[in-house]
Amino acid sequence: MNRRIWAFLVPILSVVFALIVAAVIIVLIGQNPLVAYKAMVLGAFGNVQAFTDTIIKTTPLILTGLAVGFGFRAGLFNIGAEGQMIMGGILATVVGMNLRGIPPALAVPLTMLFGILGGMAWASIAGYLKAKTGAHEVVTTIMLNWIASHLSSYLITGPLAVGSGTPKSPEIAPSAKLPPILTVGAMELTSGIVISVLSAFLMYILLEKTTTGYEVKAVGFNPYAAEYGGISISKNIVMCMAISGALAGLAGALEVMGQYHRFLGTLSGGKGFDGISIALIGQNHPIGIIFAALLIAALRTGSNNMQFVGVPKHIVTIVQGIVIFLVAADRIVRTIVIRKKVKR
Amino acid sequence: MMRVLLALWDTFTNPLFYKLTLTATTPLLFAALGGVFSEITGVVNIALEGIMLLGAFFSVVVTYYTGNVWLGFLSVIPIGVGFVWFHAWASIKWRGNQVVSGSALILIAQGLTGFLMEPIFGQPGQTPYVGRIPEVTVPGLSKIPFLGEAIGTQSPIVYLAFALVLFAWVLIYKTPLGLRMRAVGENPEAADTLGVNVFAIRYFGVLMSGALAAMGGAFLSIGEVGNFRELMTGGRGFIALAAMILGNWNPIGALLACLLFGMSEALANQLQSSPLLHVPATAKPLFNLFPFIVTLVVVAGLVGKTRPPAADGIPYEKEE
Repeated sequence: MNRRIWAFLVPILSVVFALIVAAVIIVLIGQNPLVAYKAMVLGAFGNVQAFTDTIIKTTPLILTGLAVGFGFRAGLFNIGAEGQMIMGGILATVVGMNLRGIPPALAVPLTMLFGILGGMAWASIAGYLKAKTGAHEVVTTIMLNWIASHLSSYLITGPLAVGSGTPKSPEIAPSAKLPPILTVGAMELTSGIVISVLSAFLMYILLEKTTTGYEVKAVGFNPYAAEYGGISISKNIVMCMAISGALAGLAGALEVMGQYHRFLGTLSGGKGFDGISIALIGQNHPIGIIFAALLIAALRTGSNNMQFVGVPKHIVTIVQGIVIFLVAADRIVRTIVIRKKVKR
Repeated sequence: MMRVLLALWDTFTNPLFYKLTLTATTPLLFAALGGVFSEITGVVNIALEGIMLLGAFFSVVVTYYTGNVWLGFLSVIPIGVGFVWFHAWASIKWRGNQVVSGSALILIAQGLTGFLMEPIFGQPGQTPYVGRIPEVTVPGLSKIPFLGEAIGTQSPIVYLAFALVLFAWVLIYKTPLGLRMRAVGENPEAADTLGVNVFAIRYFGVLMSGALAAMGGAFLSIGEVGNFRELMTGGRGFIALAAMILGNWNPIGALLACLLFGMSEALANQLQSSPLLHVPATAKPLFNLFPFIVTLVVVAGLVGKTRPPAADGIPYEKEE
């Protein structure tokens, strides 16, 4: 079978297999997996409201998936999308708060730009360290995640704190909010989803149609050969981490501008880590990532509904873990499929 | 500024600070030694964080059902080994991407511990208190002024961790098995030619890392606080990974690095509650940054000076 078919088959079979394992776990705690999965599907797509919620959740996930996926294409494991998203969200909030009276035509792009810069700067620390000293990006980005997380919780309980109850920042200026394209009940589907999907297409063009994209992929595929061919590896590492961080930062900015209109402690809520699953399920392909993000968003939205039939929503994290495991060791899946073929 | 210096002086002259440092070092040390065992044979194991979490959880579960903390502690050894086996299997047999497979295990551990909380304990977030491993006092040692207060009375697990450093060092550098482990991590082809079973040695290294990291996690729960809280490992698996790198993949080096990170954690805790500093509640999160910044700076500054095993992270393909 050719590579293209495997690229589809491995993630799909991995998801199916993971759902089967999860079903066994659900049986073990004495629940009916069919009831649980039915609740999950209804919770994600059962009515217009559920569907809207799924699309809202898809928006940042496409971007964190792109962030991790772009890193993978360049041979970098950016496990720090979470922290980059937080820094993007923080910077977008700080800028957005101070834009009262500025027309939306200026306020919206400005806020977005600073969100992108926040994520970019945060990722660049890891990129610079990797290029300069060889510090592995997995360790540095994890440390940067914790620093971002503690820093943001300091900011929203200290200098930026407003109101009582859950720590939160003030709202951003109305002109910096993204306009909704659809309002369903209390939910607003903002134009953020358009920006997310557009980013995926931009990444596709960058990777497939430009020289820079070619160089990125060359370094990711074989850094030594690429260097021999005259591509600077360290320049590539810094640039790729910056682009990866920019995408995660944009995810944070869009959550602030379209969803919460302020910074909250739960804003990132593991969406950066979900980016890893999404990139792997989407096989690091921008279009694949859009669908993978939709899948994970549906699992997340649906799992909230699953709680009502007595199945903790953590089952989704287990499913994601199993999928990643099988994609990492994709030979397991391939061998199972090939053996089946031979038997027939 | 004067106040800060005074608070620092106050902390560093307090024997309790060194006791806390050792307590903070212990979980890191177990996991870092685990990392050494795995990587010295050539398998990268970033799943330490997940294995620790699983160890922290299941030691509490077993203690909850049996009422015996020691049974709780020892039971995590087979659990850690069984769990990390998946990583070994994917990395060694199926030549999968080790970093990705490791992060898969972290997710599975996070999902599983969160998932099982309600069915087992009937409440999410954190478990009830199940008991702690009691501290022991070393006769003689505890009588020495200052030193006795610092290291004379400790959880037995703390002493175990330090004994394991010596055990690991002897095993890796003074035994034929250790020589084989290092050979497999440096040059698996050559080791294979000489009749060393590369796969078996790698399995051994990875499975050891599972046992050790799980014990480190168990110390966090039933060794320190007596219950499990969701995601309570809080990045310690990764700090341990950094300690292993900083310690140049050597048990003694890892010990020194873990002491540095453990001390920065203890220092952050001591300073934020220091009566001399009057740290406002809102500024406390800033102190939590401290261990992570120290780790980042140290990794960035020293990493070029340490060298990983040559075949670290590279799957071995036996020639037919």
